[in-house]
Amino acid sequence: MNETLDTPVTAKAGAAVKKDNDTVKKVIIICSKGTLEDVYAALIMANGALADGRDAKLFFTFFGLDAITKSKADHLHTATVGNPSFMPGMPTMVGGLPGFEAFASYMMQKQMDKMDIPHVTEFIEMIEAGGGEIYACKLAADMFKLKKEDFLPEVKDIITVADMYALADGEGSHFIFI
Amino acid sequence: METMNAQHIEVNEEGYMKDPAQWTEEWAHEVAREYNINLTDKHLALLKWLREKHNEGVALNIRKVGKSGLVDIKEFYQLFPGGPLKISSRIAGIPKPVSCV
Repeated sequence: MNETLDTPVTAKAGAAVKKDNDTVKKVIIICSKGTLEDVYAALIMANGALADGRDAKLFFTFFGLDAITKSKADHLHTATVGNPSFMPGMPTMVGGLPGFEAFASYMMQKQMDKMDIPHVTEFIEMIEAGGGEIYACKLAADMFKLKKEDFLPEVKDIITVADMYALADGEGSHFIFI
Repeated sequence: METMNAQHIEVNEEGYMKDPAQWTEEWAHEVAREYNINLTDKHLALLKWLREKHNEGVALNIRKVGKSGLVDIKEFYQLFPGGPLKISSRIAGIPKPVSCV
């Protein structure tokens, strides 16, 4: 390196500078669910990879598309019915009462705010700023009649399964499915 | 006890300074070179901000750095490529960050 002190570092944002013996160089995270906790799992893992000098690509499909749809991204819910870990002992019927799911989701989001965890749209901005890439699944987008303009501006493209696999090109790529 | 450079600064097994009070700019330049980073005024201003926040007891994360008013998140990644908070914390002589966000 012959850079002088006056030369700003111009490395690409998020460029992986991992040592050769690191086995996880890139993660491709496929998020097929639109529930709050599943989407956050995908976002936290993608952001965590970038923050650790690893490359991250996110591929949203089926209900996961809610997380990157402008009108829905910041209004995701957690399931209060069919979720045995949610308030154990509470009768399933209670979880199905009108407004209960919205209330539970609001409480969960409030708790995350307290922990300084950003809302979905801000999280996606952070991931893009860190060099992560965000894609929507073509088949699911067609199925739900969603177009590029329905998605958040950080969504790079609507791609096929073949394109998604091509994102994994190179050594040390790993898939995570949610 | 592991030490780094002629100043005999104690570091842990990951190279993070044990006593942030021992920090000097020379130390910062020396560690930055390991990452092929030449520290500019912008880097140094950010390192000082990180040290201040650490002293105030703030649990740092990338989001907070993005709101520091010094850099946005994109610039932060550009200044310290390959794990911005992890690397900048080490250069700033403060402990390795523990946040998952």
